[in-house]
Amino acid sequence: MTQQYDKLSPDAFKPVKVNNKEAEQIAKPSLNFWQDAWLRLRKNKAAVVSIFVLFLLVIMAFVGTHLTSHGVDEQELSRANLPPKISWLAPIGIADGHAKVGGKDVDLYAQKNVKENYWFGTDGLGRDMFTRVWKGTQISLLIAVVAALIDVVIGVAYGGISAYYGGRVDDIMQRIVEILYGIPNLVIVILMIMVMEPGITAIIIAIALTGWIGMSRIVRGQVLKFKNQEFILAARTLGASNIRIIFKHLLPNILAIIVINTMFTVPTAIFFEAFLSFIGLGLQAPNASLGTLINDGYKNIQFQPYILAAPAVVLSILMIAFNLLGDGLRDAFDPKMKD
Amino acid sequence: MEELLPYTLFLKLTKLTKNSHFTFRCFVRGIIIGGASMAKYITKRIIYMIITLFLIASFTFFLMKMLPGSPISSAPKLSPEQLAVVEAKYGLDKPLPEQYVQYLGNMLKLDFGVSFQFKGADVTQLIIDRAGPSFQLGMQALVLGTILGIILGMVAALKQNTVWDYGSTLIAIFGLSIPSFVFAAVLQYWVGVKWELLPVALWKDGFASSIMPTIALAIGPLATAARFVRTEMIEVLGSDYIMLAKAKGASRFEIAFKHAFRNALIPLITVLGPLAAALVTGSLVVERIFSIPGIGEQFVKSINMNDFPVIMGTTMFYSILLITIILIVDILYGIIDPRIRLTGGNK
Amino acid sequence: MEKILEVKDLELSFHTFAGEVKAIRGVDFDLKKGETLAIVGESGSGKSVTTKAIMRLLPENNTEYKNGQILFDGKDILKLSEKEMQKIRGKDISMIFQDPMTSLNPTMTVGKQIMEPILKHQNVSKAEAKKKAIELLQLVGMPKPELRIKQYPHQFSGGQRQRIVIAIALACNPHILIADEPTTALDVTIQAQILELMKSLQKKINTSIIFITHDLGVVANVADRVAVMYGGKIVEIGNVDEIFYNPQHPYTWGLLSSMPSLDAKDEKLYAIPGTPPDLLSPPKGDAFALRSEYAMQIDLEEAPPFFKVSDTHYAATWLLHPDAPTVEPPAIIIERMKRFPGSRYYEAENGGNHQ
Repeated sequence: MTQQYDKLSPDAFKPVKVNNKEAEQIAKPSLNFWQDAWLRLRKNKAAVVSIFVLFLLVIMAFVGTHLTSHGVDEQELSRANLPPKISWLAPIGIADGHAKVGGKDVDLYAQKNVKENYWFGTDGLGRDMFTRVWKGTQISLLIAVVAALIDVVIGVAYGGISAYYGGRVDDIMQRIVEILYGIPNLVIVILMIMVMEPGITAIIIAIALTGWIGMSRIVRGQVLKFKNQEFILAARTLGASNIRIIFKHLLPNILAIIVINTMFTVPTAIFFEAFLSFIGLGLQAPNASLGTLINDGYKNIQFQPYILAAPAVVLSILMIAFNLLGDGLRDAFDPKMKD
Repeated sequence: MEELLPYTLFLKLTKLTKNSHFTFRCFVRGIIIGGASMAKYITKRIIYMIITLFLIASFTFFLMKMLPGSPISSAPKLSPEQLAVVEAKYGLDKPLPEQYVQYLGNMLKLDFGVSFQFKGADVTQLIIDRAGPSFQLGMQALVLGTILGIILGMVAALKQNTVWDYGSTLIAIFGLSIPSFVFAAVLQYWVGVKWELLPVALWKDGFASSIMPTIALAIGPLATAARFVRTEMIEVLGSDYIMLAKAKGASRFEIAFKHAFRNALIPLITVLGPLAAALVTGSLVVERIFSIPGIGEQFVKSINMNDFPVIMGTTMFYSILLITIILIVDILYGIIDPRIRLTGGNK
Repeated sequence: MEKILEVKDLELSFHTFAGEVKAIRGVDFDLKKGETLAIVGESGSGKSVTTKAIMRLLPENNTEYKNGQILFDGKDILKLSEKEMQKIRGKDISMIFQDPMTSLNPTMTVGKQIMEPILKHQNVSKAEAKKKAIELLQLVGMPKPELRIKQYPHQFSGGQRQRIVIAIALACNPHILIADEPTTALDVTIQAQILELMKSLQKKINTSIIFITHDLGVVANVADRVAVMYGGKIVEIGNVDEIFYNPQHPYTWGLLSSMPSLDAKDEKLYAIPGTPPDLLSPPKGDAFALRSEYAMQIDLEEAPPFFKVSDTHYAATWLLHPDAPTVEPPAIIIERMKRFPGSRYYEAENGGNHQ
């Protein structure tokens, strides 16, 4: 059997020097952990939209209260119970200020002789719902973010100390956590609220009190995992101090997990605040949070459903956005998802 | 001591890793191989459960003492005779430590004192009287939520990255995000008030009355179960033994139901604990919204009327309920999963 | 010998987030009745993918078969419906996977798992299937099989589990057994036991085996023929002696040089420089050229065809082109070639100048 080969020019067989360095070359630009995670997060449409929505809601929570000339608690009975009216939506029959009164469709704005438009309507005391909803968002966010931050600080410190020092310290600290963790969240929160003066502080403390335990366990697990790895031992061998090891070597490695967990803590806190307000353990009038607004709205659901609608929609969007962002972050940080 | 409360740690792990199933498996197996047998583990768990309940009870006691005035003397609706009887019964004239001991004794007998709002009615009796509707709602919601959740999760995993998957994920995200009271209120307004399809509220029309509250209560467990089953199922479907089953010539149906289903569902037991907790939380608002004569509705009413004995009693009741459920769930998991069962059983 | 399986010019790609991964870029080989063909190569060379393609076990949603045929029994496997394929899997072609710790269903008894393919492919009753399962466990050397079929996988050691996986694979006396690194996850002593078991079973039931590994020691032990894969292609294929003692492709040289041997006393262990090619954008010529010190201009421009070395031995390297300059393989390879009749360095045992 003979094989036929094309005639090739002798040049073709000139040896080429291939630089081995070139073969070692990595084609893709090197990205650090955060850049890599960001790239992956950006591909997640739901997460990107969530970031945008959250950004918008936060801005509105601070700016929205100043967009109308009405204060949060400004009561004016002459304009009570107005349905929403938005001038550019009115022509298509939505938010046109009309409502059914006694079975008849009435333009309440005309009837009460109100010239101004209330975008989200007014409540039974004539307070502008638009201002109140954004004020409520502001308070709810404040409670959630502060509670989440407290969770992070206590949780990271507790879990970190427990794992880093280990031994007897860890034993005692973990035994305490075991017991605390056995108590249902709901029970702790209700008991705490009953001891303290109802208000923002009480709610924050009650929520933070139950939240940090989860964080501390995660941090402890992570620190335990990293503490005996070679890079930490190497740093120790090179004479790095405890502080340096903790902040330069351990913290950067567990930061991702802390961030993800915080992303899930915030909506939990928002929910708990709203829940407590709804069952009557939350903020007291005249303070407004999304929870109290929903509670007020629920009482009037039959005749003025719009009072419930605005805060309920904002709360739901807030929760969905945080959950989607949390999901997106978890996927982005998860090295198993690479490629 | 890592081994106590595996489900709780597990929950956190599911939030953080895709590989939760495996982590949990190793974790539970670690418990048993790591020295203690199942019996020892259960004993330990029960001891911790008792400590936890003792702490809650003590906390509750000192809380009552911290509140302005004696909870009983401040009760406006008690007649002087009743007051005397009650004071004698609870020994309120005795020193604090003695009262504390007596209080704990009463707790052991499940005696939580008397209500303010219902003229000295026995709290324990109040809770028992109200348990029926709450229990029925809870069970209906749990069954509905888990079954629908399993179906949704399975469909999503088997038809990954299709419209089915996205639809199921969307429902799950909504179910997890939209608070039950918003959902319940919306449901009540549209289905009950506007369309008049079902009774708006109350517990008078038998099963029909329970439909809306059940749906409102089930949405949370449904979402949790759907997401959980989807993650588990996808992980199981990607495992080597599924590949081997395919290599044996098993059909898609056999793979999904003979091999993957069981492995994906066993860990679902571990979320039953948190689901029960979510149901309790949900029942407070759902019962309030639909005016259902259950424990949750009574609890919310008591909060608004400062009826401390009922609040404390119900709190203790919820604590006992949830802690027991979690314990049972953890043990159940050990019994059902053959790996844990047999390693623990020393065969 | 009769050919039982022919893979012709197989090309397939995976569609991933990063782009199209050209995992297999033209693979040709055949498998003869009763022989053991070893496929060796680095991880990512496409050896596992090739065999999974034969079983059609690759994920359907992102795998694209771009070209080629896989002929089994005269039928092109790539054209069969999923239903028809299910009748072949486990019956005519079966597979053993790398990690016995994860390849058994943890919540199903071992007996049920062995019985599954029997019940599926053979028209037998449950009782008969159970009897067969016990026999199979006996065959793979499991003591007390009657008791053990009622147990769950976690009650067996890694080596025992691999025996069970082998029992499952052999349940229906397959014509072809694909073993995907069956010993990699096992201890060395257990590895030897499993290899011995596979060899003895092959004699008993006369099945053909495709053995995937990156361990050349294992290859020398079990294989009749060897295919060396690199960058999604077979670069050299031949009888086991031809590959070990008369290798032609620089990559095979590299592989053999990096194999520790007792003969090479004080030489440093050789390592092939560089990393395997990125199959997202494979190089246009010889994929190994960038790592080869024998690279020529044409290697960078055009992929080499197969050049015939003997009737059974082919290699895809431009070095075999009649016009190519003669190069000296590494010293270790020359040492090996000296022992192979027919190689250009052959020295007869009792002649020549060596000693």
